[in-house]
Amino acid sequence: MSIAEKSMMSDPSESGRFGEFGGRFVPETLVPACEELEVSFRQAWADPIFRAELNQALKEYAGRPSMLTECYQLGSKLGIRLVLKREDLNHTGSHKINNVLGQVLLAKRMGKKRIVAETGAGQHGVAAATAAALMGLECKVYMGAVDVERQSLNVFRMKLLGAEVEAVHSGSRTLKDAVNEAMRDWVASVESTHYCLGSVMGPHPYPWMVREFHRVIGTEAREQCLERYGQDPDVVVACVGGGSNAIGIFSGFVDTKARLIGVEPAGGAAVGRGQPGVVHGMRSYLMQDEYGQVQEAHSISAGLDYPGVGPEHSYLASIGRAEYPTVTDPEVIAGFQLLAKTEGIIPALECAHALAWISREAPNMQGQTVLMNLSGRGDKDVAQMMDVLS
Amino acid sequence: MPTTLTTLETELRAKRDAGRKLLVPYVTGGLVGWTDAIRAAAAHGADCIEIGLPFSDPVMDGPIIQQASQRALDDGATPVSIFEGVRTLDVGIPLVVMCYYNTVHHAGHERFAAQLVQAGISGAIIPDLPLEESALWCQAADDVGLSTIMLAAPTAPDERLPRVCARARGFVYSVGLLGVTGERTTLASTATELARRLKQVTDVPVIVGVGVSNSAQAVEACRVADGVVQGASVVRRLMEGGPDAVGEYVAEVRQALDTL
Repeated sequence: MSIAEKSMMSDPSESGRFGEFGGRFVPETLVPACEELEVSFRQAWADPIFRAELNQALKEYAGRPSMLTECYQLGSKLGIRLVLKREDLNHTGSHKINNVLGQVLLAKRMGKKRIVAETGAGQHGVAAATAAALMGLECKVYMGAVDVERQSLNVFRMKLLGAEVEAVHSGSRTLKDAVNEAMRDWVASVESTHYCLGSVMGPHPYPWMVREFHRVIGTEAREQCLERYGQDPDVVVACVGGGSNAIGIFSGFVDTKARLIGVEPAGGAAVGRGQPGVVHGMRSYLMQDEYGQVQEAHSISAGLDYPGVGPEHSYLASIGRAEYPTVTDPEVIAGFQLLAKTEGIIPALECAHALAWISREAPNMQGQTVLMNLSGRGDKDVAQMMDVLS
Repeated sequence: MPTTLTTLETELRAKRDAGRKLLVPYVTGGLVGWTDAIRAAAAHGADCIEIGLPFSDPVMDGPIIQQASQRALDDGATPVSIFEGVRTLDVGIPLVVMCYYNTVHHAGHERFAAQLVQAGISGAIIPDLPLEESALWCQAADDVGLSTIMLAAPTAPDERLPRVCARARGFVYSVGLLGVTGERTTLASTATELARRLKQVTDVPVIVGVGVSNSAQAVEACRVADGVVQGASVVRRLMEGGPDAVGEYVAEVRQALDTL
């Protein structure tokens, strides 16, 4: 525990703060539920039986540990050693399964019969529906109507898994509005329902709890790097929407000398262009207008179409520990194709953001070891890219 | 208990103590006809009016108020334009705002409090600012004599209610049900249950809002509570029938409450 306490990514304060970010800005109705969740998570996380149960599920069901793949062709082309953490090979095709297995096990432990979830690209929705099917819980997923349109395959997957999917037609009809609608559901159903939030965002304890469920990514990656290369990477890169896959891999390297890079879409740059604000239960960087109205994010990838960011990313940015550059949609499309053609791996469009940054910045990283979290596979994006590229 | 009551609370307590049930209609600021709707409500028996500042992400609101907020935003409503509109009102009853916390946070606590005072507004309801996060705003509000109306929810354990009430100024907003704003066919049993629990621990006026949908439900709630907020039922009428429809409805609820 003493190492965790000294870490730059240690537990948040009693009020759920990472520095001046985080907190619990929820309707009064939800305060007792957040308090109960915090207590339950603390107890479960300290309980060897819960940890063993989760570890077993991660190993036997999700397929952990995920492997490291070195990209020899692309690395040599870019003049770097490029290593991918293969979260895309987990069951359901992304890192999201780590968090939902943890939350659904916790929900069962808390006696909840039903979960609700929001989803953008559909990866978290699919993972939540999967875990709910596995554990016998009812599941309802809210998804912006725009995203339902562009990710119809994932909508069908969720339905196959027995979840109810509701298209959200309010606001920008994307991820932020799906979060609003999931919270409205939770306000009405809190006694029977657990809100299975999909990223390191929302009110305390979510940003902390979801980070802990994804910490396994960073822990494994560091051990794998040390074992294979005998050293930590020079640069650790991940895409950032809410920021769960980035937090997961950063957690393994925050206390090393590695540069931490969270790549945001140019049209959804909460850290890059935002100011501190409060929405979805947390104080964090947020894209907003001069009166504090939340602005709509625009990105080719539904999973990053979010105007805010998890509070711990805001903290890491504010203390200068992590950097949050942006890439444009055309750069992302190029990155998507690049990995497919040079390495035979089709990445999720979200992860193509990280690739886009790496290929742009490679001239400044010659000879360095760059670890990228390949947090999801691109099958879900193939239909959309067929339109974009034709 | 505060050593000195805010002017809003003094006025509402006096009316309550005289045997009157308090009627608080809600009007979305910036919605077509909103200032006339406030005048109509005041003329037909409202005791206080709650003016909603539209927000892009209203998580405590159901479809009607979401729709009203979106319309107002699409028409260019801002807190500043609404405060300008409020200054043109002279309705003789206190006005409070309902706004989400980012509106306050973005303006800055002191600046927002000053803007409210300059507009002649007496208090604020901030539904996503629970007790634990409220200290900075409450201090700024207290410093200029604004009432911070705290919400109490049916999910609160008994030990929490006195702490919420101790921080409430003006009135306590007793959330009528587990859910968001909007009309329901019946009054939830939680409405009177929570009001009863609150009346046992506070002398601050207890006003039930969320899911009190017509005059009959208002009467039912006021058998226990000191008053009701009428939100979606008012806003729907404003969107469908204009300010006159609001006046008629407020008169109907007033008349029903006066039978108690």
